[in-house]
Amino acid sequence: MEDHHTASHHEGHKVGFWRKYWFSTDHKVIGIQYGITALFFLLFGFILMLLMRWQLASPGIEIPLLGALTPEMYNQFGAMHGTIMVFMGIVPLAVGAFGNYVVPLQIGAVDMAFPRLNMASYHFFFWGGVVMMASFFVPQGAAKAGWTSYPPLADIETMGQTMWLWGMVLLITSSLLGAINFLTTIIQLRTEGMTFFRMPFFVWAQFITAFLLLLAFPPLEAAGILQLADRLLDTSFFLPSGLVTAEGPLEVSGGGSPLLWQHLFWFLAHPEVYVLVLPAMGIVAEIVANNTRKPLWGYRLMVYSLIFLGFMSFIVWAHHMFITGMGTAISAFFQVTTMIISIPSVVILSALFITLWGGSIRFTTPMLFALGFLPMFGIGGLTGLPLGLAPTDIPLHDTYYVIGHFHYVVAPGTILALFAGIYYWFPKMTGRTMNDTLGKIHFWGTIISMNGIFFPMLIQGMAGVSRRLFDGGLAYSFSEPVLEYNVFMSISAAALFLFQIPFIINFFQSIRGGRKVEKANHWDATTLDWSATPTPPVPHGNFESVPRVYRDPYEYSVPGSGVPFLSQDTAPPAAPSDQILEEVEA
Amino acid sequence: MEQRQAFWLPDAASTYAGDVDALFYFILIVSVILFAGVMATMVLFAWRYRRRSAADRPKPVKENKIVETSWILVPTILVAIVFVWGFRVFIHMNVAPPNAMEITVRAQKWSWLFEYPNGVRASALHVPVGRPVKLTMSSADVLHSLYVPAFRTKMDVVPGRYTYAWFEATRQDTFLLMCTEYCGQQHSMMLSSVIVQSQDDFEAWLQEGLLAADASPAERGEMLYTQQGCLACHSLDGAPGTGPSFAGLAGSERVFADGTRRIADDNYLREAITQPATEIVEGYMALMPGTYALLEPDEIDALVAFIKEH
Repeated sequence: MEDHHTASHHEGHKVGFWRKYWFSTDHKVIGIQYGITALFFLLFGFILMLLMRWQLASPGIEIPLLGALTPEMYNQFGAMHGTIMVFMGIVPLAVGAFGNYVVPLQIGAVDMAFPRLNMASYHFFFWGGVVMMASFFVPQGAAKAGWTSYPPLADIETMGQTMWLWGMVLLITSSLLGAINFLTTIIQLRTEGMTFFRMPFFVWAQFITAFLLLLAFPPLEAAGILQLADRLLDTSFFLPSGLVTAEGPLEVSGGGSPLLWQHLFWFLAHPEVYVLVLPAMGIVAEIVANNTRKPLWGYRLMVYSLIFLGFMSFIVWAHHMFITGMGTAISAFFQVTTMIISIPSVVILSALFITLWGGSIRFTTPMLFALGFLPMFGIGGLTGLPLGLAPTDIPLHDTYYVIGHFHYVVAPGTILALFAGIYYWFPKMTGRTMNDTLGKIHFWGTIISMNGIFFPMLIQGMAGVSRRLFDGGLAYSFSEPVLEYNVFMSISAAALFLFQIPFIINFFQSIRGGRKVEKANHWDATTLDWSATPTPPVPHGNFESVPRVYRDPYEYSVPGSGVPFLSQDTAPPAAPSDQILEEVEA
Repeated sequence: MEQRQAFWLPDAASTYAGDVDALFYFILIVSVILFAGVMATMVLFAWRYRRRSAADRPKPVKENKIVETSWILVPTILVAIVFVWGFRVFIHMNVAPPNAMEITVRAQKWSWLFEYPNGVRASALHVPVGRPVKLTMSSADVLHSLYVPAFRTKMDVVPGRYTYAWFEATRQDTFLLMCTEYCGQQHSMMLSSVIVQSQDDFEAWLQEGLLAADASPAERGEMLYTQQGCLACHSLDGAPGTGPSFAGLAGSERVFADGTRRIADDNYLREAITQPATEIVEGYMALMPGTYALLEPDEIDALVAFIKEH
């Protein structure tokens, strides 16, 4: 810590462009690098989705510049949309960008524990992304075995699949480096007085998320390397004996199991859901407390729920595999754990709802997005219940119902929360605010059009329309009545695109042209990120003097205090014991 | 005959479909009620507690152990109810009755093959009404998943091991059967149907299938043309499909994608069945599965004889 502290005195001397913006070790620059890169990938993944929705609304009609979508292209876009959105969009934005930028500020640290590791983590992510993008240009295109890459199909797919695996290895390595850094930073670099139960909920969420990343990603990295070996070294980890493909019987030793991959994949991919959701809950908690001008209701209960949620998320993975022919007893176990894990989520969500009770609610743009997150995530959670029970999962599995369910969790759920975070911390990062009117247009347009896309999916799925059909189920006579929705859903998707334009304009225009913030603590917040640092914070070092923490995270409107809020670094009225402490320190 | 008009789920036509639907609708209705209640409260709070002036202060709300406990207890009780209920249904769905008729299912890219105890094979699943049927399934290549929406039956078909599913159809009709685990380029087209017949019609159909065993090679080839799913890609009337038509194929000169040519003699036909990826006819793609290499020698002879007749 001392080292970084002295580093802050060096910031006066000149560093080149590359050193300052590309190979920076400042957690704030790295956070912004992550943010910009992830937003670009989110936009790209979204455009892939628009092309797929074009095809679903009007199968076979030519797309301008691209021609009619072939099944190969549709399958590539589907697999890459999922991969890009999850691993290159939301995780880097939620953890890499917000985690990096905000966590050290909120715990009063001058930087992350390992700044160079932090830089390496971003560069692994960036090159992982480059490999994934490049895979569109190899012969026969990008991976097309779904974002889940189930073997044997993935094992015998074209070169794009190999690129996908290399890309995943880089992305996972990036996340692992990041996770170690977050854990060390949060455990070691909390400033004086910042006890665990004085940490803002956002820091708690990032803390648990880092544990999930650290413990869940290695099995998938191992699985990715095993699949690479299957593809490149003719091993048979996931290939049973006696497979026959278009080239005749496969000449491999066999004896492997395709189900092994599914276990390894979902052992990551279920905690991954919480990697996407917990930071979102953290962002929403900060914004709700700040804009209701009230402490979070049941802060400790929320933290305990978070810890329990993190733990349980490791023992629910096989609820993705109820129809693979697992034994009845194993299925029963995973149904029980899945039912149990719904409870801490309910507790956190309802604590956030109850926080509104008796508040003095400011409807700022970040608050609108945070309030939008709550019901949308609620729909995501409730539609998950029938999927957690095997008998109701069986008819719904692999249908559009599942797609609707998890998009409610991550798109109108997590992504709304991430937008909330952008509007909330943008003034901290730039010293300027984003435009409120454009922000409100962005909010209403986004939430309405997202529901226009995802709600009909639930109905289509109930009717039995399968996912991953390049013609959207045209061949199924029985799905005709619900296929009409496809046109409406695709128009909603186009509308969603149009409503991102005000955001993009607002974002870039406000960097230079936004209204300057009047004071460092723009939102009158209690946490150190706002109360103790200048806006924007000092490069390499964050604070003009390292703050000391005296209080719980959300002391808004404390009765009898006579002030609207008490920030965490507000010293209590000098009591004799404190004076002695300070004298000792001096 | 039981027939139930579903509200959103497809028309139910198996014995356990009603149990599944009841559980699903129970969860759906409880969810809608909970969601509506929470939404109403949220809108009420948002309106009632909006900030009216800069001097506005929140009203303190005390943390309350009873509220906290009930937020944990109520959802716990609800999920306990649906779990116990669901588990009974699940056991029923998962364990086939001992008197079930066994049918072997083989899935491959991108067709289904059903084999009956007496050796009859078909590309559509014929079953008698009102009698439990147990499917023993395996895949030749990649993962597939057998899904009959009307029966609420779904089970993955995994290469290298057997999986099982069972159902008892409750009315005579033809239902859609499809692959619902993504299995490659033509996944969207991997369809078949379940034809539910009366016990007598079903027995008659089984016997018809057997008679074909004494037929001429070309007649047996015709049967295989349907059973093996060749008809999905190869027409008999000259119309181009995913693969070339069989009309006028035998004896013609084939032009391949690499520019080479070959007369379609018997050996060509044989290789085109057993090694479909080696010579790709111009204008087509290498989409044909290689699983036909596993046909019995007399079956390949029969198919060659059948193709030569067209």
